[in-house]
Amino acid sequence: MALINPKKKEVQVKIVYYGPGRGGKTTNLEYINKKFKKRIQNEMVTVKTYGDRTLFFDFLPFDIGEIKGHSIKVQLYTVPGQVKYNATRRLVLRGVDGLVFVADSMDLRREMNIRSLQNLKENLETFNKSIFNIPLVLQYNKRDLEEEGIPILSVETLQRDMNSRLKAPSFAASAVKGDNVAATMKKIIALTVGSLRKKLE
Amino acid sequence: MDFTIEFDKQQIESIENILQEELIDLGVQSVILMDLAGNVIVNLENGDSSHDVYSLAALAAGNYGAVSAMANIIGEQEFSLLFHKGEEESIHFSKVVEDLLLLTIFNKNVSLGFLRLKVAEAIKRIQVLI
Repeated sequence: MALINPKKKEVQVKIVYYGPGRGGKTTNLEYINKKFKKRIQNEMVTVKTYGDRTLFFDFLPFDIGEIKGHSIKVQLYTVPGQVKYNATRRLVLRGVDGLVFVADSMDLRREMNIRSLQNLKENLETFNKSIFNIPLVLQYNKRDLEEEGIPILSVETLQRDMNSRLKAPSFAASAVKGDNVAATMKKIIALTVGSLRKKLE
Repeated sequence: MDFTIEFDKQQIESIENILQEELIDLGVQSVILMDLAGNVIVNLENGDSSHDVYSLAALAAGNYGAVSAMANIIGEQEFSLLFHKGEEESIHFSKVVEDLLLLTIFNKNVSLGFLRLKVAEAIKRIQVLI
């Protein structure tokens, strides 16, 4: 649920990066943090465990300027991708306004992507939300691995696996290199804020 | 999109007045009224320090959720006292209503007992408004 403060004329919007473990959700946020440093006043918060894996979440707050006289504060979150941390994923999803699903393009990870998307759908249902009508963008990450000779899934296969029913906007990306990281973020912000416009009038 | 809790300008002003009278005037450094999604609804500071309240709220929401889940595992509905004590500053968490938390940051000059009393009074007054 986006929070509107009519006194400060401020809107807080929560966007969550979801997806299987080691898929590049944190790398997306790290790239955004580096690239847009000037516009980010606060430090990125990360709660990590052994081996640099996300335990709880990463959090990156960020001002995107004004819409209809309200200043918009976007809060980017990631969830821990590992299967065992589902309770934490549900906590982070509470009050979500928009979602980026970061899928791993590696051939080996095909099954994990599908399972994680199913897990997202189920977790949203516990908050009475449907994956079909929440702002959502898909990102097919790690496209750069092809150059290293690592077998990756084609974008068509990923589209068929993940997006045949959702029909959400999607981007082929490389979070490590920064390809389409900003484009993914801009798209989800536009969709999420777009769904708020009526409310602000 | 759903908006489960909405506040108008007047409600926010009344809540700010209550928090100012009950807590800031008592000597508390900072109070944050937030929801469990991690959004900051009201934030007041006494001017002596400034904190990154948005990150604090995000972490507090996660922390509160995690502690509630722990309570459930041992058969409790919730833990009513949530308090982190630091050398100089401490944080106290209190549930206001379902989905709303009040976070209080205070230093050694404020006693925990007195703070709990004042937080309870502030919460009672806020509950009437929402």
